Amino acid sequence: MNTEQLIAMLATQPETAPDSARRRFAIAIGLGALGAALLMAIFLGVRHDLAAAVRLPAFWGKVVFAACLAAGSLLVTVRLSRPGVRLAWALGALAVPVAAVWLFAAIALAHAAPGERVELMLGQTWRSCPLLIAMLSAPVFVAVLWAMQGLAPTRLRLAGAAAGLLAGTTGALVYTLHCPELAAPFVGTWYLLGMLIPALAGAVAGPRVLRW
Amino acid sequence: MKVSSQTAAVSLHQAERVTDPVAPTNNKEPRLRELLVRGLAGEAAAYQAFLKELSAHLRGFLRKRLARLPDDVEDLVQESLLAVHNQRHTYDAGQPLTAWVHAIARYKLVDFLRRRGSRDAVTGSLDDVDEILAVASYEAIEARRDIGRLLAELPDRHRLPIVHVKLEGLSVVEAARLTGMSESAVKVGVHRGLKALAAKLREGR
Repeated sequence: MNTEQLIAMLATQPETAPDSARRRFAIAIGLGALGAALLMAIFLGVRHDLAAAVRLPAFWGKVVFAACLAAGSLLVTVRLSRPGVRLAWALGALAVPVAAVWLFAAIALAHAAPGERVELMLGQTWRSCPLLIAMLSAPVFVAVLWAMQGLAPTRLRLAGAAAGLLAGTTGALVYTLHCPELAAPFVGTWYLLGMLIPALAGAVAGPRVLRW
Repeated sequence: MKVSSQTAAVSLHQAERVTDPVAPTNNKEPRLRELLVRGLAGEAAAYQAFLKELSAHLRGFLRKRLARLPDDVEDLVQESLLAVHNQRHTYDAGQPLTAWVHAIARYKLVDFLRRRGSRDAVTGSLDDVDEILAVASYEAIEARRDIGRLLAELPDRHRLPIVHVKLEGLSVVEAARLTGMSESAVKVGVHRGLKALAAKLREGR
């Protein structure tokens, strides 16, 4: 089949184009977040004092931090899924919430008595927090990579990392419903680490699973 | 028949004469974009014209960059065309078509060079976005691999819908009746089959 015949074949009765990026990501994040919520409800459980916690500004600070990073990584992921779209300021959207939480952490540590600083950093759950966030990120991780496979990323390692970060941030957002920690130094360290685990996994998997 | 690299070099030379290097690049973009947008809306003739124009630009772009591997140019033109078709839903009408096409051609070229393990064989810059619609070469040489033969290797659920709908031009309803498949299976078969064909082109190197 020569090139002219190939063109004729492709142009004969053009099929309706597959789902757009927006629709694929909406499906992936919807199902993935549902999966994460189920995992959290079954294996971890919602924190029993959630009704009291939602009255604390620190709780909402944590939620807003994870939500802003999730929105930023969604923006980056969508852009990296389509050929020839520049990232431009999208990466900056990721830096802002991290800088903000570190600023709050620095203020909290500066005001704390020297003996309390370790407690602010480690809380009660630093050992399990990153791993549990990584576990909750698994459903979104799989779903978002599926969404990307139907699109056309051209920078596969970066695209994989962005997909992983999107999964990690969504996982962290769900985890806030279980997690008892509220201190900014804790969130700025262990939450971030938990989000970076799937991001790293995505960077490793990207070149293999996203090829087209 | 395989064209020797010498003849390829000659046709490359002729192609350069066809190309007008001082032609302003910007008047290509709106025309091609209009053809693509109409094609995506279902106008087969506009879509065919788009792919035809695009193939000349892809060939011009790739020939310059694969000057050391001229026999691979047409295969890569075909692979890029199939990629453009399979990923056409990732084009946003508000986006410059030049950037979209360049990113796809660049990706396919880098992927091809990586598979071959000859990344250094590339001649010319990979990042010159505007060049892709500025060069054109209308002289196809024969591809090394026959897409028709690869098509014959696909399983029936992919092959039959492509053969009946895309090659013989039967309607989806007719193809469904002929094969005993459901109409949606025919549509899915065309879509998945073309993706499977692209994967075969990639692996076959």
